[in-house]
Amino acid sequence: MITFDGVSKVFPDGTVAVDDLHLELPTGKITVFVGPSGCGKTTSLRMINRMVEPTSGEILIDGVPVTTQDEALLRRGIGYVIQHAGLFPHRTIVENIGTVQRLTGVGRKAARATAIDLLRRVGLSESLADKYPVQLSGGQQQRVGVARALAADPPVMLMDEPFSAVDPIVREGLQAEFLRLQAELGKTIAFVTHDIDEAIKLGDMVAVFREGGHLAQFGSPQELLEKPANDFVADFVGRDRGFRSLSFDSADELVIDSVASVSTGGEILVLDDAGRPVGWAGPGLGDTSAPIPHGGTFTRGDSLRLVTDLAISSPVGIAVQVDVDGAAVGVIRHTSLVRQLDERRRRRAEPTA
Amino acid sequence: MIDYVIANENVILAALSQHIMLALVPIVLGALIALPIGFLAVRYGWLYHPLLNVSGLLYSIPSLALFLIIPGIIGTKILSPINIIVALTVYTVALLVRVVADGLRSVDGIVTQAASAMGYRRIRRFFEVELPIALPVMLAGLRVATVANISLVSVGALIGVGGLGALFTRGLQLRYLDPIIVGIVLSVLLAVLCDLVIVLVQRRLTPWTRVKGRS
Ligand SMILES: Nc1ncnc2c1ncn2[C@@H]1O[C@H](COP(=O)(O)OP(=O)(O)OP(=O)(O)O)[C@@H](O)[C@H]1O
Ligand SMILES: [Mg+2]
Repeated sequence: MITFDGVSKVFPDGTVAVDDLHLELPTGKITVFVGPSGCGKTTSLRMINRMVEPTSGEILIDGVPVTTQDEALLRRGIGYVIQHAGLFPHRTIVENIGTVQRLTGVGRKAARATAIDLLRRVGLSESLADKYPVQLSGGQQQRVGVARALAADPPVMLMDEPFSAVDPIVREGLQAEFLRLQAELGKTIAFVTHDIDEAIKLGDMVAVFREGGHLAQFGSPQELLEKPANDFVADFVGRDRGFRSLSFDSADELVIDSVASVSTGGEILVLDDAGRPVGWAGPGLGDTSAPIPHGGTFTRGDSLRLVTDLAISSPVGIAVQVDVDGAAVGVIRHTSLVRQLDERRRRRAEPTA
Repeated sequence: MIDYVIANENVILAALSQHIMLALVPIVLGALIALPIGFLAVRYGWLYHPLLNVSGLLYSIPSLALFLIIPGIIGTKILSPINIIVALTVYTVALLVRVVADGLRSVDGIVTQAASAMGYRRIRRFFEVELPIALPVMLAGLRVATVANISLVSVGALIGVGGLGALFTRGLQLRYLDPIIVGIVLSVLLAVLCDLVIVLVQRRLTPWTRVKGRS
């Protein structure tokens, strides 16, 4: 656990970067610092590994104040990943990854073996091992940056906008890879971003910062979306937060109608021999021999967000549920869905006893 | 010409070895002195411009004047080779301070910060991160300084200590072309050779500068 105990940072020029921050980052979880530019996210992050020293207050890792530890030794136990990766241009990829190990006295061979193993883990080819950073794409460099931070197997990782300098498609890949790795490794991670979507996607907990280094809210992504503490958070989290918050709830509790019920509206759900949906036919839609595509199905465990999206985008306003074999088992019309979402909202608004 | 070389083999070899010594000792001394000064100029930003102005000024002093002033300052005999070594060291420092400072300034701050964040201590970081990354710029400067020194040594012949330059003065006195030609050829060969050695060292020490980047 990383504890911020009343931490403030005032720079010599008088800028208040962080103001009386109290925060606990749970062990083995990803805590995201998010907020507009200049609100003190990076400064807060860099106080954890003493790249910046607080003006007042204290930061503790598992109860031990960081200021009681030798700077260099502390940092070797904390992985650090930044935008543009910050790789050493004069070192090969394996040498880059092995940096901290070499600093702690691990032999060249052993460090290389670990590095090559990590290269695979972050989804890179071993053939990159002896290349130099300039020979890699931005996305590949960023993966190497993550591998370098992981090499000494530190329990704590600090990541400052690690995925913001790559294009959106590469970023999605990196985020997915990162979540998969974290599920395996369970590091205590502080992750800075100014992208609220990234915060909600990656964070177990999210700390929303606002100008002047104030903490506006600290909570799970779902709490942020459903119960923003104030207008600033509500605004920052964005207009479609209601829709986004649906991604945290399973669709399993929805009341689903039978497949047969669709015929009442005149539409026909065309199924193949195995009972799998092929598409829609009926008046104004097409012949049963050439149905129009249904655009997607959902199954047990999918989120309310997916079901809502399917119902809205379906050519007939109906989302189709299938079983594990892909056979249609039920349908839900968007009218029914909206009614059920409304009931859900009312239930939530009632005070829980 | 061949006859001249054969007859004066010892004189020529002595001139050549003195030339090498007079040119290269200042390079080594100058590099060793310029390194910490250049480092300070980068570490303490306010020193950068004053230091660069001073070194620019030193570099603009005519070499013959410097050769003549130095005995007065450090108390050596006018014919001592030390005068040449000191003067050329001054030039080398003046040239290399700028090169070292610019080389170190070319190191991306993100990279040095990353190094600190991984747990590098200051001195080790300098030798393992900043210095190697600055090396291509520094070695380019070293090539210039080396070639310049090799040609400047000859000027020393005017005050009696000049390596191969002594062959020029002798040729002039005797109104005889051979020693002058031999002096020029050897001086040029020496410069080309030293330059080549530095290029080879650079290729060996900075392999990352030769890979093709993708962009
Ligand atoms: N070394 C410094 N000296 C003076 N002021 C600084 C320094 N570093 C940061 N600041 C100021 O402190 C405030 C917080 O900076 P910080 O870098 O922590 O913001 P941030 O939330 O990471 O912003 P961004 O999203 O733009 O990276 C800003 O106003 C910044 O200008
Ligand atoms: Mg920042």
